[in-house]
Amino acid sequence: MTEIPEHLLKRAQEAKAKAAAKKGGGPPSGGADGGGAAGGDDAGKIPAHLLARSEAARGASEGGGVATAERPAGGAVATMPGAGAQAPPLATGPEGHTQRLLTVVKAGSIQDVKAKPVDKVHTWPHLLVGEFVACLAMTAFLLVFSAVVNAPLLSLANFNLTPNPSKAPWYFLGLQELLTMFHPMVAGVTIPGMGIFGLMLAPYTDRNPSARPEDRKFAIALFTLFVMFWAVLVIIGSFFRGPGFNFTFPWNDGVFFDL
Amino acid sequence: MARTVQGHGGGLAEKVGKRLETMQSSQAWNSIFRPGSIFRKGYTDSPRNRSYVIMNSVLYHLHPVKVKRHAVKVSYTLCLGGLSFFLFIVLTVTGIFLMFFYRPTAAQAWDDIQSLHTSVTFGLLVRNMHRWGAHLMVLSVFLHMARVFYHGAYKPPREFNWVIGVILLTLTLLLSFTGYLLPWDQLALWAVTVGTNMMGYTPVFGDQVRFVLLGGVEIGTDTLLRWYVLHVLMLPFVLVIFLAVHFWRVRKDGGISGPL
Repeated sequence: MTEIPEHLLKRAQEAKAKAAAKKGGGPPSGGADGGGAAGGDDAGKIPAHLLARSEAARGASEGGGVATAERPAGGAVATMPGAGAQAPPLATGPEGHTQRLLTVVKAGSIQDVKAKPVDKVHTWPHLLVGEFVACLAMTAFLLVFSAVVNAPLLSLANFNLTPNPSKAPWYFLGLQELLTMFHPMVAGVTIPGMGIFGLMLAPYTDRNPSARPEDRKFAIALFTLFVMFWAVLVIIGSFFRGPGFNFTFPWNDGVFFDL
Repeated sequence: MARTVQGHGGGLAEKVGKRLETMQSSQAWNSIFRPGSIFRKGYTDSPRNRSYVIMNSVLYHLHPVKVKRHAVKVSYTLCLGGLSFFLFIVLTVTGIFLMFFYRPTAAQAWDDIQSLHTSVTFGLLVRNMHRWGAHLMVLSVFLHMARVFYHGAYKPPREFNWVIGVILLTLTLLLSFTGYLLPWDQLALWAVTVGTNMMGYTPVFGDQVRFVLLGGVEIGTDTLLRWYVLHVLMLPFVLVIFLAVHFWRVRKDGGISGPL
């Protein structure tokens, strides 16, 4: 079923109210009613002779039986009759017609095809083959690399022998680098906490609806700055810090870094 | 699959082909391989079977039957999310292997690793794969995040999946960090000392945070046990839950983001 858009419903409601107000208690007169309903912009779409015919039909069906009873608002969108006191007889037209015109809807005003065709391919084989090859390549790389390079295992942990320098794992070396500049609470808790929190909030702070790079230069610049900030800190912490966590050049004093 | 091998003279090849065909017609075979499996008799490359391959496989049906054409391009995703997941699987498998040879106590941990190197078949290789795989996973998760950002793929309706992604990144870092202590060598001990000292500066309840992390006032065998359980059980458990939601949301939010 097509759902009737809200604004159309609202418009019909308004037209109905207007028509009801116009009528007051007066006797129904086809021409005037049609004109009144035409004030609502929707009613203009219904040809006048159709409106007149429906008015006439309604008048005939109710006869003079209900003189000043409340009538359901006819208006632009015809409703089922039968708000009257009696059990509603099936409305018949002047010539005994049993069908009524409910509404005239112009093609295209309500119908809206939402599903746009999307260019799709079968997951098997188009996606799975790619994934399979990627996994194979990764396995091969990992296997060969692991066969050639051994993971470090230094001497047994010794609480009495602090290595110089002592370094955190590489992904935390940016934080350790910050430790040289800020109070530990700022470097170790506040900044990383804000970083993670800021990342989580990114979709809610970035109100720009476009995903095209040329429309979001600021976001891209900011994120690149964020990534470069950490990358530079990690590289400095990894390769340019020697004994006492002092600045060194790896080509002078060697690398103080274990993965 | 059911093709019989053509050989001049027939003989053995024909026999094998016939045997294969009988096997593929058996009830047992057909109960194992569901319709659409490429191992079923008479598999043909038809759109219907292409759909069945995905629908009737417990692993593949993480995917929808059809995906947008641009989503298949390697240049769009660089496979980073998928590779992160694959590395997680590799790490799980190698990690289970390592658990057979490791006891998380200060007295035994380092010796266990040492003997893993010297007296366990493929022990060193598997440990290497676990370690390098872990570093690669941190890297690939991070790069995946960068890829998603540069494509603006966190925009509606995918905001919440981005949040879950950040949580997954954090969990990945924690998993890697907890694993760092387990070899119980000088590198592990002092890296973790640096790390936990930093967390001890959490405002207001820094000391409590540090105590909970270390299972005491300083790193010791209690810390090792604690981090071991975190590393092999609790954090992977939490990660898998978030991973499930992450994958589910990818599909519910309409597949991966559109072309730029």
